[in-house]
Amino acid sequence: MTPADAHDTYGTRARERVGFFTDTSICIGCKACEVACKEWNLVPEDGLAFTGFSYDNTVELSANSWRHVAFIEQSAEVGLAPNMAPERGDVPQADFRWLMESDVCKHCTHAGCLDVCPTGAILRTEFGTVVIQDDVCNGCGYCVTGCPFGVISIREIAHDGGAHKCTLCYDRLRGDLEPACAKACPTGSIQFGPLDELRARARGRVADLRDAGHTNARLYLASDDDGVGGAGAFFLLLDEPEVYGLPPDPVVPTRHLRSMWAWAAAAAAALAAASRIAAGGRR
Amino acid sequence: MGTSFGRGGATDFQQDLAESDCILIMGSNMAENHPVGFQWVMEAKARGATVFHADPRFTRTSAMADRYVPLRAGSDIAFLGGIVHYILEHERWFDEYVKAYTNAPVLIKDGYADTEDLDGFFCGWDAEKGAYDSTAWEYAGTSMKSAAGQRSQGGVRGNQAGHGGAAGDFASGDAPELDETLQDPRCVFQLLRKHYQRYTPEMVEQVCGTPKADFERLCEALCDASGRERTGAFVYAVGLTQHTTGVQTIRTAAIMQLLLGNIGRPGGGIMAMRGHASIQGSTDIPTLYDILPGYLPMPHAAAHDVLADYVETNAAPNGFWGNMDRYIVSLLKAYWGEHATAENDYAFGYLPRITGDHSVYQTMLDALDGKVRGYFILGENPAVGSANGKLHRRAMANLEWLVVRDFSLIESATFWKDGPEVETGEMAPDAIATEVFFLPAAAHTEKEGTFTNTQRMLQWRDKAVEPTGDQRSELWFAYHLGRRIRDKLAASTEARDEPIQRLTWDYPTSGPLDEPDAAAVLREINGWNAQHDPLASFTDLAADGSTACGCWIYCGVYKDGVNQAARRKPHWEQNRFALEWAWAWPANRRLLYNRASADPEGHPWSERKKLTWWDDAQGKWVGDDVPDFELTKPPSYRPAPDARAQDAIAGDKPFVMQADGRGWIFAPAGIIDGPLPTHYEPHESPVRNPLYGQATNPTRQQYQRPENPYNPSRGAPGASSYPYVVTSYRLTEHHTAGAMTRTLPYLSELQPELFCEVSPALAAERRLRHGEWATIITARAAIEARVMVTDRIAPLQVDGRTSHVVALPYHWGYEGLSKGDAVNDLFALALDANVHIQEVKAASCDIRPGRRPRGAARPALVDSYPRTEAREGREAQ
Amino acid sequence: MSDPSRSGGTGANTASSARGADSYYAQPIIKAPHWKAYIPGYFFFGGLAGGATTLAGSARRSGHDALAHRLQLVATGALAVSPILLIKDLGRPRRFVNMLRVAKPTSPMSMGTWILSAASASTGSAAALSATSRLPRVRSVLEAASAALGPPLATYTGALVAQSVVPAWHDARRELPLLFAASSAASASGVGVIVCAPSEAGPARRLGIAAGIAEVAVAAVMNRRLGPLVGQPYREGRAGSYARAARVSALAGSATLAIGGRRRVVAAAGGALLLAGSWCERFAVFHAGRQSAQDPRATSLPQRERATSRAQT
Repeated sequence: MTPADAHDTYGTRARERVGFFTDTSICIGCKACEVACKEWNLVPEDGLAFTGFSYDNTVELSANSWRHVAFIEQSAEVGLAPNMAPERGDVPQADFRWLMESDVCKHCTHAGCLDVCPTGAILRTEFGTVVIQDDVCNGCGYCVTGCPFGVISIREIAHDGGAHKCTLCYDRLRGDLEPACAKACPTGSIQFGPLDELRARARGRVADLRDAGHTNARLYLASDDDGVGGAGAFFLLLDEPEVYGLPPDPVVPTRHLRSMWAWAAAAAAALAAASRIAAGGRR
Repeated sequence: MGTSFGRGGATDFQQDLAESDCILIMGSNMAENHPVGFQWVMEAKARGATVFHADPRFTRTSAMADRYVPLRAGSDIAFLGGIVHYILEHERWFDEYVKAYTNAPVLIKDGYADTEDLDGFFCGWDAEKGAYDSTAWEYAGTSMKSAAGQRSQGGVRGNQAGHGGAAGDFASGDAPELDETLQDPRCVFQLLRKHYQRYTPEMVEQVCGTPKADFERLCEALCDASGRERTGAFVYAVGLTQHTTGVQTIRTAAIMQLLLGNIGRPGGGIMAMRGHASIQGSTDIPTLYDILPGYLPMPHAAAHDVLADYVETNAAPNGFWGNMDRYIVSLLKAYWGEHATAENDYAFGYLPRITGDHSVYQTMLDALDGKVRGYFILGENPAVGSANGKLHRRAMANLEWLVVRDFSLIESATFWKDGPEVETGEMAPDAIATEVFFLPAAAHTEKEGTFTNTQRMLQWRDKAVEPTGDQRSELWFAYHLGRRIRDKLAASTEARDEPIQRLTWDYPTSGPLDEPDAAAVLREINGWNAQHDPLASFTDLAADGSTACGCWIYCGVYKDGVNQAARRKPHWEQNRFALEWAWAWPANRRLLYNRASADPEGHPWSERKKLTWWDDAQGKWVGDDVPDFELTKPPSYRPAPDARAQDAIAGDKPFVMQADGRGWIFAPAGIIDGPLPTHYEPHESPVRNPLYGQATNPTRQQYQRPENPYNPSRGAPGASSYPYVVTSYRLTEHHTAGAMTRTLPYLSELQPELFCEVSPALAAERRLRHGEWATIITARAAIEARVMVTDRIAPLQVDGRTSHVVALPYHWGYEGLSKGDAVNDLFALALDANVHIQEVKAASCDIRPGRRPRGAARPALVDSYPRTEAREGREAQ
Repeated sequence: MSDPSRSGGTGANTASSARGADSYYAQPIIKAPHWKAYIPGYFFFGGLAGGATTLAGSARRSGHDALAHRLQLVATGALAVSPILLIKDLGRPRRFVNMLRVAKPTSPMSMGTWILSAASASTGSAAALSATSRLPRVRSVLEAASAALGPPLATYTGALVAQSVVPAWHDARRELPLLFAASSAASASGVGVIVCAPSEAGPARRLGIAAGIAEVAVAAVMNRRLGPLVGQPYREGRAGSYARAARVSALAGSATLAIGGRRRVVAAAGGALLLAGSWCERFAVFHAGRQSAQDPRATSLPQRERATSRAQT
């Protein structure tokens, strides 16, 4: 969404588009974002299960986890961290690393969930964020399949049945407060602010990191040209998106909307024609 | 730190880490356990500092560091001693600083003998008493003693080294015999060189398993961040202290930082990361048995009949400890008010006396022996949080009554019905006579008061909501318990009840709960003069009974009648020291010993590292922080021969709490186990000590009794049954023994189960499968944990063999939403003799695949160790 | 986690992974549809209704009134079942009317709801009028509307699943509407040859033969175009089983009708086979979507290829 769209909808009530810049290079994996989010938004606990996925027992974003910190232990070879094996103590440190990334709803410019929602429960706010109205959602689950990032799901616990995801703390934004996760983040890995400002800052940060030798540092979803038209929540990653469980080239499913309807219309026409042919002329 | 620098607190504040050029984090998992403070490490890194993390495990801190340096758990002194060796060998010490500000030039008494001479012992060892006579370590020409420290009651356990400053019995404020060229073989510098001559990088590799290249890279970086223009910081936590050599490990770090000239300077220092909210506060105004508020020693029954004796044996003639009479008299006035008069020795006789070791572990052993009738547990959870948990549970089962105050029914309140011993049949609820009283506690949001944080800063916190139900604050509990006891004793004519009857116990209360006024308590701690006006500084204290002060180092916190701890001016409205945010002891200084940030003449060492300097025009010390020096004492000041207390400290000696004003590389007094830190193996260790014939710290406290069995170690029969090192640690997601976090769903789901971290190599060796179960066994207990096979744990080559570590987070217990076995059950009571800290960061263990047995088979498994080969063979069939 | 070279996760060897891993502990990138079996069930009944009204319209034009009338009744029945299935699948069934708050062309489900509503209204009223033999002109207008709504009703569900990020659905967006059209035609024809005597069921028999073959052919084209990775679910697991059953049933149904469709019993058997084939086809597509969503590589590898080729141009 360009700011112009927001003005179409909200007129003078439209506000500057805001979002998150999540700088994974300084994430310490403390999960304060996860807890602060759950506390503020009253998101329920959804099970005490040990996964063995390093320190990640949350596993995914869902209706019950609106922030998720991923932990990626990487070594050059599985089963041996050469830098830590004494006989190869001269191998550079970079051979083992532990990446952490706090994932969240991307608040896409072209949001698949919003596009496909049949009830209008999902809306674009005056801040350019994407929010589910809980009192409208009827739990059809179509948004679940519309999200290229697997962010949304249906809350099956607590007799809920509705779809839930990050609201970018819409209530806090309206009270001129920053979202709970950004507030709680101790290292500034989660930065909240006007999107343009964040993007400028992020570009500088990537340049600094590359200068420091992190040649794989890159921004993810920070361009208006990508498949979702750029995201309100974008990321600085130190490796390929797949490593973090993110799609490398996500595209909103409604990008092919016209051709989709065209193929459906063609199929409908074929059915009508076949039926007519099968019936033959008036007997 | 008290012994080395004079004050038992972190020398620096966390925000200052951002100024550092190199940060070594060791024995601390700062990113995980102090994530908020860690932002300043990240800030330093962003500004170009190099961050090292030395630890047995690759943690979230390692992930953020520039370099991770592995070492074996329990080999820290060898590692840090190796750094000292490197500095000396490559002539990288900060020469001017070392000569002027440390005791490197001081000559030690003739006849001093080092561990190099005596194969792991210092001179003065008395094998019969199992203790040192430290007079053999004194400065030449003096008789040393510690101020708020050790006394010599012939090896009585329970002396109080390590908490406070130290003093020397010499008149002019400096050591009598010095060699400014550092060449005399009797001078500290040469003794240091000799002591660490074998701590080479090769030896470090052999003892610690640290690859030589990694180690030398670290040493080089530390040395590069030294000198006039640059500084380096050292950060530690309980990974260094919870050992039988804990105090000496910190001493080694202090020596390193003194040699590099990093104490008292921006971006330098030693940050002690405390493990709990206000743990610093709980030693300042202590919950320890052997000190009084402000690190004043507790009087001893054998030595301190009258106040004069007490002051005589404890006060130092030089430095600020020279004013001990003022501190203790003001404290007594705060306790007993008008009843403390010159005629009755200021009620000194009312103070309880210690007779020996009354520390928590000794008290529990006494309970086991039926010598303790009742016990209060406030904010502790010994059933889970203390080493050898089974011993503690059995001890508590031997009490007549037990009071537990906490948020929920913690393990220590339910051990008699839910404890593991009930399941195994070793204890039966109906056979336990202990009457347990559970009193719900108010949370920090439900009460007001101060926290004293890791950087000695008192921050006032307001009450957000009223406590509900029966929940009460600690203050309410202590005040009303005292009030009721006083009511009961009101009519007593017994002399022994006098101290309680006459106690000042008149805090105003308010509200429906009669909550005492916490600010009134803080005012009393700050102290007042005869007109009841608040005091501004501890220098206003008097020894004539005209002032009262509850804790002399906190004097000034209520300066001008204003609660200084409640100040909240944001950091963007003031300089980086943020002196108007809350209040830090002493005297609101944020960076201790900051006189050392200027050279002996009082000029900043460099523009870049400028902090406090002498301004000739104004005739005083100036700078952004509060100068840690008498404001108008010029650098050229030299004490007169008869000067005492602070007047005996020269104008170029920054360590104003020390008798000689110097930072102590060599500790001639105040410490039990040696003047220089020496590598000893942990009490339980699979390997020998490659450095000395004496393998372990000879002064460590052991408790040889059936409830506290030790694993055989170092090749003794059965030692091979416990071939691995076990260490405990903490996770971000939980807090200590878990009572505050395993009861919360949002935290429990983040780390729902106890797990053990092992290397892929150990997993292969013991057929452990990732995600499944393992049983860890010591002579005390067998516990089960999920297996986390990870490359973050690396096997190390130590002394020619592979050393594996089993790493366990100790948060779990048998209550709460997330339950699991208690890791501390594995460990034994083996303590550092200085401060009675338990060794839970390194011991030996066995690990095997699968869950532990249930019921009586569980203790049977423990008893089946050590395993003989014949038994192994039978079981294999 | 069948691929042993991938690490991580309970059951894997270690918490650590090699540099260059192509997933996060083999976890899915996108969410699998949370829909239950009601949805493929609705695809079948809604498709049956769409096919039936379409064929009824054609039959009415060609004078096969008995067939037209009975198909109308069948469609009415199928349309009565459909909303029940849809509502049962909702997380919050009491709010089903919220579907009618908006009409969104970007949401096939929204458009489908309106199509289904209109089709239900027209078909049901027409059937009611036909039973009472009143207002014949109104009835014929309603019947025409019902017939016209049949093809969109039969095909929009193909667009509905294709309009998603599930690779096995989205990448089949060309074929799925046609597959669903064929499946609808097959099921409607199958019912047609069962409920009418062969003499009256000519259009159904002819359409059925063609639809069965078309269903198999379209599925084959789709499979081929999806390729080995994205098309994998249509060949494996539950979806694969359903797909094989659908193929066998549809072909057998067509063949049976072609060979013995003029005998009532054989025709009924052929019709039943077509119905079974259609049913299995819907479940094949449904499960293929679930399986596809659960495989992170089905999502990431084609995207990676796309990104790489874009970077190269």
